[in-house]
Amino acid sequence: MKVFRTKHSSREASISTAALPDIIFMLLFFFMVTTVLRKSDDNLKYKIPTAEQLKEIQTKSLVSQINIGMPRDVGKYGSEPRIEADGKLIEVNDIIPFIMKEKDALPVYDRDQIIILLKADEDVPMGIVSDVKEELRKANARRIVFAASWKDN
Amino acid sequence: MRFFQRKKTEINSSSMADIAFLLLIFFLVTTTIQSNMGLNVTLPPHTDEPATTQVHDKNLFKIHINSSNQIMVEEMPLIGFKELHSDLKKFILNYGQKPDLSESPEKAVVSLHMNRGTHYKRFIEVMDAVQGVYYEIYGEKVGLTASKFRQLDLKIASEKAKYDAGRKDIPMNISIAEPNKIQRL
Repeated sequence: MKVFRTKHSSREASISTAALPDIIFMLLFFFMVTTVLRKSDDNLKYKIPTAEQLKEIQTKSLVSQINIGMPRDVGKYGSEPRIEADGKLIEVNDIIPFIMKEKDALPVYDRDQIIILLKADEDVPMGIVSDVKEELRKANARRIVFAASWKDN
Repeated sequence: MRFFQRKKTEINSSSMADIAFLLLIFFLVTTTIQSNMGLNVTLPPHTDEPATTQVHDKNLFKIHINSSNQIMVEEMPLIGFKELHSDLKKFILNYGQKPDLSESPEKAVVSLHMNRGTHYKRFIEVMDAVQGVYYEIYGEKVGLTASKFRQLDLKIASEKAKYDAGRKDIPMNISIAEPNKIQRL
């Protein structure tokens, strides 16, 4: 009798969903681990100055970044401020080729609208900043944003 | 006997996935990748020979910073940034009233001149002060504060109109002269 009954009683069929959160967490961790926010820029250390009249860059696709700061590895790169672009330390005369490369990556109609985000350490002398500025003028990349953070009052 | 037969107890965990998704979406939405802020400057085009534009002395507001980061404003040592702010505003919005200040905002040029040894920090500080004056003037023209004016979104037509109205006839003429070399004795 018993066998007969079990055969016909419709048991509630359900898929165990207990493992679903684990799967989603796995996905979350996978993307957290594999996502790289930025190329490592460990060559230089820089602390950008503070200011009040900051403007946010509204067209992010046009931005290329140049850093100026003190080398982290003093033994290898010296203690003078250096220029960094694209994750590499470069010299002043490498800036024009760098800008040309960055411009090539942009659509033709936007090439002269390129924005250079200049992140310089607050203690670097103006000499090197000005050298970079003159090179940018020569490369016709004339929109510059001097990166700064908010001044706490 | 039936009384002792226990039903298998189970917590329904199907909504755990939803909770995890909600968390994921919440953090996706609230996380802002640090946006880059800074002082905007447009450089003059490059010319082979140094540009020698004749600017009348009264239309020029001269700021010098030496290698010890000391500031000289119009041949006088800087008293404070508040004074610089009010002096500069008077200079720009003079409209030819006082004979030693600018003829019109269009002709007014703020000249920043530094030494190669000047700290970048000092330059930004002065640049910030000068741009602050301009943004304040722009803002006052359209009834906004300087910070509201800076935040105008140029993609929105009504805000772009305000932006253009504020900047009309008052170009931000800031000349950043090439710093001179440190003179060695």
